[in-house]
Amino acid sequence: MIEDLLIKVALAGIVLFAVLNLAGFHTWVERKQSALIQDRIGANRAPIFGFRMLGMFHGLADVVKMFTKEDIVPARADKALHALAPFFSVFFALVAFAAIPFGDRLIIGDRVIDLQVAKIDAALLYVFAMLSLGVYGVILAGFASRNNYAILGGLRATAQMISYEIALGIAIIGVVMVYGTLDLAELVRRQGQLIGGWIPFWGILAQPVAFIVFVTAALAETKRIPFDLPEGESEIIGYFVEYSGMKFGMFFLTDFLETIVVAALATTLFFGGWQVPYLMPDGFHFPWGGELPVSNWVYALLGVASFSIKGLAFCFLFMQVRWTLPRFRYDQLMRLGWKGLFPIAVANVVVTAVVLVFVGEPS
Amino acid sequence: MAVTPVRRRELTFWEKTYLPQILCGLRITFRHFFRNLFLHAAHRLGRLTHLRAAATIQYPEELRPLMSRYRSRHRLTVRDDGTPRCVGCMLCETVCPARCITIVPGEHPDPDVEKYPIRFDIDLGVCVYCGYCVEVCPEDAIRMDTGILDVAAYSREAMRLDIHELMDPALRKPVCECKLDFPHECAVSGGEMKGSWEAVRGEPRDLTRGTA
Repeated sequence: MIEDLLIKVALAGIVLFAVLNLAGFHTWVERKQSALIQDRIGANRAPIFGFRMLGMFHGLADVVKMFTKEDIVPARADKALHALAPFFSVFFALVAFAAIPFGDRLIIGDRVIDLQVAKIDAALLYVFAMLSLGVYGVILAGFASRNNYAILGGLRATAQMISYEIALGIAIIGVVMVYGTLDLAELVRRQGQLIGGWIPFWGILAQPVAFIVFVTAALAETKRIPFDLPEGESEIIGYFVEYSGMKFGMFFLTDFLETIVVAALATTLFFGGWQVPYLMPDGFHFPWGGELPVSNWVYALLGVASFSIKGLAFCFLFMQVRWTLPRFRYDQLMRLGWKGLFPIAVANVVVTAVVLVFVGEPS
Repeated sequence: MAVTPVRRRELTFWEKTYLPQILCGLRITFRHFFRNLFLHAAHRLGRLTHLRAAATIQYPEELRPLMSRYRSRHRLTVRDDGTPRCVGCMLCETVCPARCITIVPGEHPDPDVEKYPIRFDIDLGVCVYCGYCVEVCPEDAIRMDTGILDVAAYSREAMRLDIHELMDPALRKPVCECKLDFPHECAVSGGEMKGSWEAVRGEPRDLTRGTA
């Protein structure tokens, strides 16, 4: 019993370590990737002992700055809620990772470890519930600041997130219908089957329309360009206008965390999670006849590596999109959400249902 | 008032879906990203340095190339023996629209040259960098080709350049570190003082003024 607990704690620790570091790393990626896109050099003036490390220490410098900055709480603000809001944001973004499987089963001795922090049957619902709860941090931040601009910003953000959550949820229904499960680990396992023995049956093949709707709506959920109307760092007064120091930093961190959640979800739902093509639990079975047996350790590690690479690729893509597109106007944003993505997602569900009835469910 | 109705072009179907346009945008940003990434990596290995990976000029370490006609800080040209070419004709002081040039001429020991500047000060805090002094000079004695752009000081006094600094662009304030004392060799022929130095000198100049 105590061993089970320790294993869970270890898994949670690994996931938290990886995710938080990746979020910190995102600040560097954001600076350098935007610099390369825009023919610049990017931040490179935070050397430690003369080592610039391509400007990687700027993340550390940011943290030092944010922690030593004066923490201003408006005089009429609700102090408890004002302090609580950024923690809400970060908390719900972090706990969403608990249900995402980052690898298949690892067998040590006679113990089978699922590489997933929390094995929940309705993992998909859990992740979406946590993502939805993230909106509380946003509305609380606006509300507790006692600043009318902040409240307006919070309402804008809430309206946007709720609108896009609907499209997001309906896009997912198509995937759930095809694979017939809400358990993310099982969903990934079912993506491992091959079509005609050659092509892995990943979600992107089964549900390409759902993928596009999902990625668009998910980008809106992360509140980053082109959907950064709630924040609009320097141009629009957003919900965190009354925040400074590390509390502001936590909202910023939430952005990156949500980007990573969305990247992990997109990987899990549409790109086969930890699946490596032709890799079965006992080894590679190539469709051209070759076989390459691998041990369970190698199999599990390959899965984790596959999941990480796909997730990082999505992070990279999202960052690239963020530095490519301009911001939407608010009416365009709402029109796209309600008149564009929502009907497409519903139509996708209907078409999927009809096809499933005639073709029959796979597997 | 005439009204010109501006007809916005209707978006085509594919433009309304955003997707192809987004892909076009991504193509551009990806092209820049990978080109610059490749060039930065190549520069690390010392290859392809003729191609710039970034438009950034990292200023204090790297200076932007100046056009040859660019008007930068002044300098006084010198003869072969190290004395100033200036003959103290006062044309530059006269033409200067900002009245930032102060010249005190003295009698030159060489009978072929009438005068030379005992003092030649330019107040860069007043100078408008018009270049008239360079154009008007009959002796090509003053030029604005040092390439020095970052003239800065903590006081107005320190913005005044004297003949030491004008003749030696490498020499910067504070002048108290300057080995040349006033009156100095470069203003004299053959190291021998001529003319009425003492009369010009007046009170001794405080050479310790300037930036720290």
